[in-house]
Formats: sequence, structure tokens, C-alpha cells
Amino acid sequence: MADTKTGIGASVRRKEDDRFIQGRGRYTDDITFQHQTHAYFLRSPHAHAEIKKIDISKAAKLAGVVAIYTGDDVAKDKVGNLICGWTINFRDGRPMRHGPHPILAQGKVRYVGDAVAVIIAENINDAKRAAAAIKVDYKILPHVVDTAKAIKSGVTIHDVAPDNHVFDWALGNEPETNEAIKNAHHITKMEIINNRLAPNAMEVRCANAQYDAASDHFTVYANSQNPHVLRLVISAFHGITSENKIRVISPDMGGGFGSKIAIYAEEVVCTWAARKCGRPVKWTSERTEAFLTDTHGRDHVTTAELATDKNGIITGLRVKTVAAMGAYLSSFGPLIPTVLYAPLLSGQYNIPAIHMVVDGVYTNTTPTDAYRGAGRPEAAYLIERIVETAARELKIDPAEFRRRNMVKKFPHQTPVFVAYDNGDYEASLDKALEMHDYKGFAARKAASAKNGKLRGVGFSAYIEACGLAPSNIVGQLGSAVAFYESAEVRVNPVGTVEVMTGSHSHGQGHETAFAQVVSDRLGVDINNVSIIHGDTDKVQFGMGTYGSRSAAVGITAIVKAMDKIEAKGKRIAAALMEASVNDVEFKGGEFTVKGTDKKKGWVEISLAAYIPHKINTAEIEPGWKESAFFDPTNFVFPAGVHICEVEVDSETGHTDIVAYTAVDDFGTIINPMIVEGQVHGGVAQGIGQALTEGVVYDDASGQLLTGSFMDYQMPRARDLPLIANFKLGFTHTMALCNPLGLKGCGEAGAIAATPAVINAITNAIGVRDLNMPATPLTVWTAMQSMKIAAE
Amino acid sequence: MSVVKMKLNGKAVSGDVESRTLLVEFIREHQRLTGTHVGCDTSQCGACVVHINGKAIKSCTTLAVACEGADVTTVEGLAKGTELHAMQAAFKEHHGLQCGFCTPGMIMSAIDIVKRNGKNVSEDVIRRELSGNICRCTGYHNIVKAVQAGAANM
Repeated sequence: MADTKTGIGASVRRKEDDRFIQGRGRYTDDITFQHQTHAYFLRSPHAHAEIKKIDISKAAKLAGVVAIYTGDDVAKDKVGNLICGWTINFRDGRPMRHGPHPILAQGKVRYVGDAVAVIIAENINDAKRAAAAIKVDYKILPHVVDTAKAIKSGVTIHDVAPDNHVFDWALGNEPETNEAIKNAHHITKMEIINNRLAPNAMEVRCANAQYDAASDHFTVYANSQNPHVLRLVISAFHGITSENKIRVISPDMGGGFGSKIAIYAEEVVCTWAARKCGRPVKWTSERTEAFLTDTHGRDHVTTAELATDKNGIITGLRVKTVAAMGAYLSSFGPLIPTVLYAPLLSGQYNIPAIHMVVDGVYTNTTPTDAYRGAGRPEAAYLIERIVETAARELKIDPAEFRRRNMVKKFPHQTPVFVAYDNGDYEASLDKALEMHDYKGFAARKAASAKNGKLRGVGFSAYIEACGLAPSNIVGQLGSAVAFYESAEVRVNPVGTVEVMTGSHSHGQGHETAFAQVVSDRLGVDINNVSIIHGDTDKVQFGMGTYGSRSAAVGITAIVKAMDKIEAKGKRIAAALMEASVNDVEFKGGEFTVKGTDKKKGWVEISLAAYIPHKINTAEIEPGWKESAFFDPTNFVFPAGVHICEVEVDSETGHTDIVAYTAVDDFGTIINPMIVEGQVHGGVAQGIGQALTEGVVYDDASGQLLTGSFMDYQMPRARDLPLIANFKLGFTHTMALCNPLGLKGCGEAGAIAATPAVINAITNAIGVRDLNMPATPLTVWTAMQSMKIAAE
Repeated sequence: MSVVKMKLNGKAVSGDVESRTLLVEFIREHQRLTGTHVGCDTSQCGACVVHINGKAIKSCTTLAVACEGADVTTVEGLAKGTELHAMQAAFKEHHGLQCGFCTPGMIMSAIDIVKRNGKNVSEDVIRRELSGNICRCTGYHNIVKAVQAGAANM
């Protein structure tokens, strides 16, 4: 039998930790090649400007400078533009307006931070000194940074889109929705802004490229969530070389959160420049540079109307959203506010009529793309804010209102494309209510009031779609790529196992959790299982890690490969034991023959596979190595109920999260310790969006005002609930589209927490609408406005 | 350029540095000890925390030349052979890390917090004193647990 201490369901301590806690992690910036050079990017100081002239003559002569390249060099070498991997066309059939995105600006800069030139030097200080000596003659153009104003601003960011309108897209049943709104007993209408966020993985982006002229081959270290996609794009779209001549390695990575999915200019420039200048080229972002150039998340402006009947049953939802794409379309930018957003607008509720329209717009800001949750937090925030508000307006307890409207039968086809396969939303609600002691809230509120504090409680009954996604569906919806995953399982002669996975771990603990699944299935000690990822020379192909897909898709590919490993093992065992293969059984690392006492151990079979003296190799090939690709048949749908309780200081507007309860249904859980860690971290990011974080651009200058950790407030240890006040619980319904019933847990916290917090604050202070981040000033101002309105 | 000498993880080291060379550059680039990280440029994140003469400091805002003669310890210098420092062991046991990038700075800060506040340091004090260390993965929950557990075993 598999060791229950290391198998599925065990909180195995992580294998990868031994190196991290001793400072032996190997991150991209830790790697230095011989004859290394360092790159610095000269960036646009303007939100929108024409480049009249770039003079590098003085800079090129400075000490330590190896090379300086501009957009002209890129054009001369015909290096392809950055791509957008998802096409969303207009509803009337007009194509998406895709403005060109060169790897170094050509003729125009479109946001503060746009790369204008790269300076390659012996060290970073020489590169910076040279950058300061480059003269760029800009003609400043009018700009727009406000999402809501983009279309009517009169500013043209890309010629292809004179009004900055990139696409419009709709989903749902429009006539039925309009009818439901018209016939509603009550309509709850809200204007909701989903604030722009900076992902801020603690490790900044980094790339280091080396070109070996002898073999005409590149080695590129880059902290990418999908190294194979980076290799594919560098070859197929930028045309720097062919795929077989590049090795991309994404080693240990200090977090991603979506910001390391996109293919960025810098890694392409480093690769191109390494051959051009004949030296390895390394670029490491600085934090301010990360704020300027890492893709941002969210940034929606939405109007929503929720219709209810006289019994408090939801009858329709109408949504109109404007979503900022930033100055260029990032790799998956258009996907986020469309296909990853609208299909989740039904939430956990049985809503017969939903219709949504989204306008994607260019603004003179950093491009947007995935950030933890990517589209699904925006959907959950909208539906959970409006449902909570409707319940309050209808004077129905918000838990009861949700329960009344929850989907109770599965499968459930929503009016917005997706069909929920399985779930039990009331089970999560019941468990959360009990764990949180919801019944005791009134007494706690009274106690807080005695201390001059306003106490409030807020719910979030979220759902998300993970495990992106069936290839035929994403193809229909505009994807240029597919989202299967690959795996290869190699059993070595002495029975140790190496697993090559196309998933990429950047904090998720795959080296441990994936090994648990393999150890559990094959009966091999977990210490004899190695999980290998993030190297295109070792792993044949992969689509990487994002969208909580590594368990549901990545592990399933490994399971499929293990099915083949088991099948071959049985054939070898049958040959050794002179039995029919149909009579061979495998369990806990042992092959037995049904109805006999014959058995062969794992190591005996692995040795026989590589020393096949007793096997007819004409029938059974030597060796023991199998691979599989798994293409999901549906999304998986993690869901849960989070309850947040806050105390607001009526004098200062400061919010304290005094209790937080999260009950999540992730299906089968492989490593509870890791899963709980994912919830803690996700909830912290969701709380960050609600309370402290927000990217701010200055309307007048187009400058990014939140360009450092001094200005952009990341949640700190003190901003989050105390250990005793943060409770986690789990319910379990199995996903039906993968053999282990896995759903995915990486994004749930970030999706669930934000509306729970804002619902709690609005409950505490008695306002209906409140913008994020709900800083003390915002909350205090809301309270003062109410007082003034009351007078 | 000037020569700076210091003790780094118990070993005498020296290097020829510019007067503007930061301690973190000296540690990472001159001495090739890459466990100490740089996560920001405003001395906010704490990924670079090391100990100078037993006190936690941010090596991104300390000049290398200012450490002449100092006794510097980085995360690589905590374990005694294969025996982990109690705080390192606690971070693993309590899942106080995910991506591991902030971890060296967290551990170095945590040890300093315990040294100054004692084994029974309260959760409130730990949270307040960790305000100079940012983690994006864990939500600090298990970090705080790890610091408490590490404190008890230090």
C-alpha cells in the first residue's frame, strides 16, 4: 500500500523547502554566464509621444558600453512584434483592433515605461550612465489613462483604433434578460469599479540569454510561468531562430500570480541581442520598473442591474463593462475581461437570464493581463456585491437570500456558456455559518459598539472556473493556442522515478504534491520520485501554470502517463511470471497474479525492463518510459463561501479584519498543508485589493503615481487577521472531468475575499457603495458623506 | 575603488569595491552568495535582510565599505553543517514559505525579533515587527506561526 504519510491527503512537508530555507534556491538573477553583460532599458518618461529622433552617439562612446539598440535596429533585423494570443472580434464581425507592439518602440511611445532603447554594458552602472547620455527628442501627444473616458477622449493611441475601442463582446440571452429587468419586482443597480492592481511577485522579472555560435544555439534563462510558450513565441513569432535552437529554462521562481505568463519585450530583446552583440545579456527588473512594465490586473468600470421577483428570487442580471487593455494588447489581455469573466457571472446562483457586454479599450497605461484569478475575481466581485446589496434592499438576510437562489441540481447549465458539473453550495454555506458563529454576530456587534467600533459582516459565495481548458472550446472562443498539458514518466533501472511535467512551479510546491500523487499510485517512496519542470530541454512541451490548472490538467497528464506505465509493467510482470497479462494486478508497487501467490516487486520489474534477458523484446520493448498529453473535457468549478467580519473605527475610518472564515470545495485535496497555504495567500491578496492596493495614474500627466512599495501598499502581516481569527474549512464534491476529482485551489482566496471584505465594511458603516481600496480615508469620507446627507 | 574586509558567515573575506557598492551587491555579486535577495528599490520588502554583528539590517541600504571589520551573517551561515537553525526548521515545518524568495530575509528578521523580544514573543509583536518584510505568497499566516514555533526552539 502507498504510505499514508506521503500519499494523497497527507500534509507532507515540502521537498523544495530545504534549499529555500538555506539560501540555496536558484532564481534567474542568481545565474551568471561567463563574459556576462548587463542590459538596461531606456524607457519613455511620457504617457504618449512621438519619437522624433534618438541620438545615441555620445552614449555609445562611454566606458563599458558594449552595444546600444533601438527600434530601428529591431526593424532592420525584422524581429517580429510582441503577440496577442487571444482574439476577440467585434460583435458585428469587425476584427479586433490589434495595434502593433514592437519589442523596442518604433516612432511612438504609448505609456510611461514603454521601452525605447536597450543599453548593453559590462555592468549595470555603465549601462545606466550610458542611458542617461542618450538624447530622445519627443513630441508629446495628448493622452488618456482613465478607462471610462478612453473611447470619447479624442486621443488616438493606435491608428488601427482611432477611438481606442479594441473590441466589444457579449454573452448571454439578451431578450430574456431585458424582459426580466422590465418585469422585475425589484431592481438593484450598481456602478462598480474594479481597481487596477500590480501583481508584485517578490522576485522581479529577469532574463539572461546566451548564444553559442559553434552550435548556433541559444540558452535563455527567464522567470516564465510557461517556458515552452516563451520558446515557441521567440521562434515562431519573433523569428529569432527556430524552436530546436533555443533552450528556455525557468528555474526557481519567486512567485508569478499571472504577471509572468505574458511574453515580454525584455526577454525577446535579450535573446536577440545576445547573438547580435556576441555576449550573454542579462536584464533584471527593478521594482519601479516592475510597477511600470509587468502586466497589471483588473481595471473594470461596470454598470450592473440585478432583477428579483416578489419572493426574493433572482430573475435576471444585465452587465455592461469597460475593461482597460492598457497601451498594447498583452499576450492574453483580451481573454481576461471576456471569456474568463462573463461565464462566471451566474455565480453560485440559478439565474435564468444574464446578458453582458464588455468593451475593451486602449489607454496610455501598462498593458493588463492575468492577475491571480484573472477575470473571475471581477465576476465574483460584481455578483457578490450586487447580491449582497439586493438582499439588504429586500431586507432578507444575505445568507438566506443566497441560499434561496443557489444552484441545487447538477449538472447546471448557466445562460453564460459554462455548465457546472458538480457541487454542493449549501454545504459550504452551512459549514461557514457554523464555523463563523454567524448567529453570534449581533452580540459581537453590540460589544463592539460599546468600544466605539462599528462591526460588520460580509459574505462571498464565489465560484470560479479553472483547469483551462478544452482545446476545441478555447479555439472557438478565440485562442491561438491550446491548453492541454504534457507529462512523461521515466522509471529508472533501479526503480526510481523521474516525472517531466509541462506545469511550472513558482511557489505552489509541485515537487512535493506531484510526487505524492506518483508515490501514491506507483508505491515508490516519495524520496525516490523527482519532479522535473521548467526546462525545455528536459520537458518536451508544456503549457505552464496559471488559472489553477496544474492539478486538474497537469497532474491528470501524469496520471495518464502512469496508466501506461502500469500497463507496461503488467506486460513485463506477465512475461516474468509466465502468466496472462489480464491476470496481473498492480497495487502498492507490487505485481501479483490473480488467484496465485506469484508476485514481483517494483524494482524487479524496473530491472527487467532495462536488463530484459527473460523478456521477448520483439514483443515488449526494453525500457520503461511513457508520456501523455491530457486535454481537459470541461472546466473545473471550485466554489465556496467566505465570511468576513470587520471592525471600523468610526473616528479614523480604519478597518480591522477581526474574523475571517473560508470554506472551500476544491474536490480532492492532495496536500492539505499546501492547499491551506494557497487559501491564506489568496485571501491576503483579495484583502489587499479591498483595503490597501490600487494602481493610480495621474490624469493630468499620465504618470504612474504608485511606482514603488512606498506608494503602493502591499498587505503587511499586521493588515491580516490574527491566527485564531482566520478559520479554514473544506467541503468535498468531486470534479467529474478528471480521474482524481481535482478542482484547483490557487486563485480561490483572491477571488472570494475581496467582495467579502467590502460587504463587511459597507455593512458596518451602513453605506451602499464604496470604492476600493477602502483605505481609512475612503471609509472615513464615506461615513462623513452619509452624515452630511442625513443632516 | 577600495578594499573592504569583513567576516562573512565566519569566514574572512575581502573585496575591491566602489564606494557606492551596496552590501547586498558585495554579498551576491562579489562573494556569489545568492541566498540574500533584492525585492525592491526602496528598502521596503526586506528580502535582503542579513545580520551585521548580530543585528538585522537591510543589506540593500548598507554600503559595503561601511561594513569594514564587521561580522556579517547571511541565511547561508545559519545552519551548522546539516543541522538547521531552529528558525529554518520552523519555517519548513509550518509551511512558512511558498516561492521562497522572501524567506531568507524573513528568517533573518525573525531571528532578530526573537533575540530582542524573547522566546514568548507575542503574535502582535511579531506582526508589527515583520512590517519591514513583505511576502506575496503566504498571507503571513504560516510565517507568524513559524516564527512563534522557531522562537520556542531557539
